[in-house]
Amino acid sequence: MIHTENLTKKFGTILAVEGLSLDVREGDVFGCLGPNGAGKTTTVRMLTSLIGPTGGSATVNGFVLGKQDTDIRRTVGVLTETPGMYDNLSAEYNMQIFAELYEVQDVKGQVEKYLRMLGLWERRFDSAGTFSKGMKQKLAIARALLHEPRILFLDEPTAGLDPEASHLVREFIAELKKEGRTIFICTHNLDEADRLCDRVGVFKTRMLVVDTPANLRASVFGRKIVFHLCAADEGLASAVRKLPFVREVKLVENKLLVNLDDPEVHNPDIIRTLIGAGADLQFVGELRHSLEDVYLQLVKAA
Amino acid sequence: MNKIKTIIRKEWAEVFKNRMVIFTVAFLPLLMTALPLGIIFATRDASTGTGEAIDSQLPSEMTQSMCPQGLNGAECFQVFMVSEFMMMFMIVPVAIPVTIAAYSIVGEKTTRSLEPLLATPITTIELLIGKCLAAVIPAVLATYAAFGLFALGSWLIVANKMLLTALLDARWLIAIFIVGPLLAVMAVTFSLMVSSRVSDPRVAEQVSMVIIVPVLAGFFGQMAGLFVLNKQVISVVAVVMLALDALLVYLATRVFQRESILTRWK
Repeated sequence: MIHTENLTKKFGTILAVEGLSLDVREGDVFGCLGPNGAGKTTTVRMLTSLIGPTGGSATVNGFVLGKQDTDIRRTVGVLTETPGMYDNLSAEYNMQIFAELYEVQDVKGQVEKYLRMLGLWERRFDSAGTFSKGMKQKLAIARALLHEPRILFLDEPTAGLDPEASHLVREFIAELKKEGRTIFICTHNLDEADRLCDRVGVFKTRMLVVDTPANLRASVFGRKIVFHLCAADEGLASAVRKLPFVREVKLVENKLLVNLDDPEVHNPDIIRTLIGAGADLQFVGELRHSLEDVYLQLVKAA
Repeated sequence: MNKIKTIIRKEWAEVFKNRMVIFTVAFLPLLMTALPLGIIFATRDASTGTGEAIDSQLPSEMTQSMCPQGLNGAECFQVFMVSEFMMMFMIVPVAIPVTIAAYSIVGEKTTRSLEPLLATPITTIELLIGKCLAAVIPAVLATYAAFGLFALGSWLIVANKMLLTALLDARWLIAIFIVGPLLAVMAVTFSLMVSSRVSDPRVAEQVSMVIIVPVLAGFFGQMAGLFVLNKQVISVVAVVMLALDALLVYLATRVFQRESILTRWK
């Protein structure tokens, strides 16, 4: 649905996006992670034909960037980083304007559908200016969906929202994902990316890495299995260390932290080894690094 | 075309929610109507012949081009005085839409509604035409309404029908119905260009007001007797305005750079 090759954007001498090559498949939720000023918003603006690239090429929904810009804008939905509303106008009229601009056939029907879906129908006659930040964000998401776009770009969809509003927005994005829409999310909220995204890309002017959150964790930190024992000592650690598939073993209090590539296959061997060496095993678990740990590691290295 | 209509309706819904804007749109045309009517009313006795001594003081170009045969000097003076206000009627379609148009782009920048708007499939020309017409139409309608009131008031005040015909001749009709809208388009297009380039609505309004200067210069030039706005001059002004408007619309589409507007604005 989104394909870019060496997509580049320069503002004068400032390189905002460097050689972005990316494929986002249909139905994927792709998370674009990166620090402030990394070029995430510039990337969204390029892919939604709001600004033109200075190098490279891209197709969005099968339309060529720079040649079929109106078609791209017609078929994608965008939640901009700071989605302004016409504050003096009612929520319903705000939606109606955009439905007409997106050439929606059943304007009233679509407006009602999305206002109801986002819980704003009862407030449809109220001025958008009277809405809370969370309500405005929901209204902006509804606005981006009026023309039923197959691709949705969400730039910081939960930025500045309270936990409850963030949760509602995330739930809604999860619903959209179930409908099979392709979603491109730029976010600082790594927990959000972890929950929602099929794949994430860590971005800092250029794309540092793209993979599933689980694979990223594995590639950056490996997989760590924790064996909780009644009593652990260096002898047990040495016994495990001798196994050929084990990368690293650490003894921390009564726990053995074992780093290995394929725990599903090798955990039973480790358990057998430990029991054979006289260990009393309490339970086994996987130590999960957060996506934030992965992100910080990658951004620091860049 | 539908998108242009949507933009116009949106602009009007936003602008006319503000009662002060409605007051501004109504006040200036009413003032410009009341002034010449007041003069006609104050000098209505001139047609009875009490002011004939004024005849010798009128510019000869004026008496030749404006005064039809059969009017006495005092009546010609009445025609001259009211003709001075023709330029004031020209200020209405320039002054009213300038503030509306000056705010229209920069205002959307400040409320952050421009980016979602530009993300829709609307083209630059559709957006600009929509915003232009949204500002021009109320100004032109207000000018027409003011002229209608002026014509009605003149008809009620002036007893001499020949004088009435001289007051409401082809010059006036060309000025109100052709030059007025062309002036409005010029003012609005210029204001939209300014609004596209600046980042502060106050600056946009201040700079846009510059467009009134040539019209005021025309008003004072005519008052000072530098030229007489006869039918020929008005016709030439109309042709020049048409060419100028075409040029300004072209320039406005060039000046409206989506990318610069989005990326330079903070």
